Amino acid sequence: MTALTLRLRETLPLSVDASVLSPPRLAGLTRAKIEALELELGNRSVRVGELFDVGGDDWDNVVIENATECLTHLGAGMQGGTLLVNGDVGAYLGLGMSAGRIGVSGSAGIFAGCEMVGGTIEIGGNAGDWLGGALAGDKQGMRGGLIQVRGHAGDRAADRMRRGLVLIEGGAGAYLGSRMLAGTVIVKGSIGPQPGFALKHGTLLLLDGATELPATYNDCGRHELLFLAVLERDLRLRGGLEAFLPLPRAVKRYCGDLANGGKGEILVSAMR
Amino acid sequence: MNVNGVAIDDTFAEAFGMRATRIVITALDSKWALHAARTATGFATSVIACGCEAGIERELAPEETPDGRPGAAILLFAVSSKELAKQVERRVGQCVLTAPTTACFSGMDGEPIPLGKNLRFFGDGFQNSKVIGGRRYWRVPVMDGEFLCEETTGMVKAVGGGNFFVLARGQREALAAGEAAIAAMRRLRGTIMPFPGGIVRSGSKVGSRYKGLVASTNDAFCPTLRGATRSELTPEVGSVLEIVIDGVTDGDVREAMRVGLRAVCDLGADAGILRLSAGNYGGKLGQFHYKLRELLA
Repeated sequence: MTALTLRLRETLPLSVDASVLSPPRLAGLTRAKIEALELELGNRSVRVGELFDVGGDDWDNVVIENATECLTHLGAGMQGGTLLVNGDVGAYLGLGMSAGRIGVSGSAGIFAGCEMVGGTIEIGGNAGDWLGGALAGDKQGMRGGLIQVRGHAGDRAADRMRRGLVLIEGGAGAYLGSRMLAGTVIVKGSIGPQPGFALKHGTLLLLDGATELPATYNDCGRHELLFLAVLERDLRLRGGLEAFLPLPRAVKRYCGDLANGGKGEILVSAMR
Repeated sequence: MNVNGVAIDDTFAEAFGMRATRIVITALDSKWALHAARTATGFATSVIACGCEAGIERELAPEETPDGRPGAAILLFAVSSKELAKQVERRVGQCVLTAPTTACFSGMDGEPIPLGKNLRFFGDGFQNSKVIGGRRYWRVPVMDGEFLCEETTGMVKAVGGGNFFVLARGQREALAAGEAAIAAMRRLRGTIMPFPGGIVRSGSKVGSRYKGLVASTNDAFCPTLRGATRSELTPEVGSVLEIVIDGVTDGDVREAMRVGLRAVCDLGADAGILRLSAGNYGGKLGQFHYKLRELLA
């Protein structure tokens, strides 16, 4: 069996909700039925066969070739399987996904991993704003799983995040972990202003060391926290996360946001 | 049956179904991990009065523990799920949480019972949880830093009460044989010998002539009562010691008994070992039977 491959023929003038092009939703469909699936392109419907060349027969492994930011909602609601995307993707990558793996070679638009509850998203390039966040009006963002971004993340990454792990290899924009409820965010590069704004619980681990923190965070001193050793072991077992390893043994702990209960923390590496 | 001059009684050990869990205790160094492990498994020789039977299964190298520090695996056995959960919470709360630099993790998969789930409240609201790799850990602030404790540990059905008796010419011979057996059995995994040094001198029978006592001395194997009771001992037997084994599985107990019996037989009659026997209740109470002659065949 070879991976089910959908090759985008040409750049689209408008965005397309491509949520149907994920492994579980294509399972059991013949090539003809896949080509007959309807997508919304602007205010009209188009068939998959009009936009993509379809090949392969392994529904558990779907590959999208020549992808652009016009493809939105890729992997939304995904419940298993593997979705690999060569190129960039638009907004809402992996929205609400519960299992499986999404890999994107390029960059992702806003709300990637938004409200996901499980599974893994790997973004080779940059991620837009609201990575792992919550949809407007919703109370909880990401509730499980792992997001890895090799480039930079935009503003408000992990907004209202409830559980899970976000790893950002580049930097992150403003308001990292804003209104966060729990979970762990690790950023290797530099970050924008106001990290942990209104953060309630959870951990922001900043590996870049010196960072200006909001006034609503209090210095709790330098500590060796054992949970970081357990976390490091988990990252090693997952593989592919060497860029973040080893995690610092010693960190400076800042508790906050004191304007919102103060039960969360920003940990800043004390090794560099 | 006779092995190396040691008579093997045509009898069997009778053991019971229990509930068990394995807990991994780590610390800054093995000294403190063992301090905590020994304390947590103290006063846990028999479910008759201790609530559970517990012991150190083995020491763990740093690469075997979740946090990469030296540690020890302990096993706890109780007669019911409820009692095991109670004992785990009390012992970890009083003996591990209190020990400097320690952390505590589940050592086996199974039906979850609380480990740090309730102990976290010691943190008085300052505790934090972390879900890592699908497992929840509690970070409880304590005066030396943080006590890290997994939320639950796994509980499994297990076996308690495997046993055998060493009948020797005197105390020294019986004790030397018991120590040899324990040394061999401690190399195995999945079992503990919960009594002091792994050896029991006060083997018991069910019931007593006194009301309220559920167990009393096993007079049939007491050498000083040879002429006063229905003794199982021949005149040359001067001392009897028992080894009790609890295991995670039936196979673990069976293998530990085999290894222990074999170690005693290797000493042989020249070392003053006369007979090997075992304790049972006629086969009507315990669901696990271990026939000595089969184990040594």
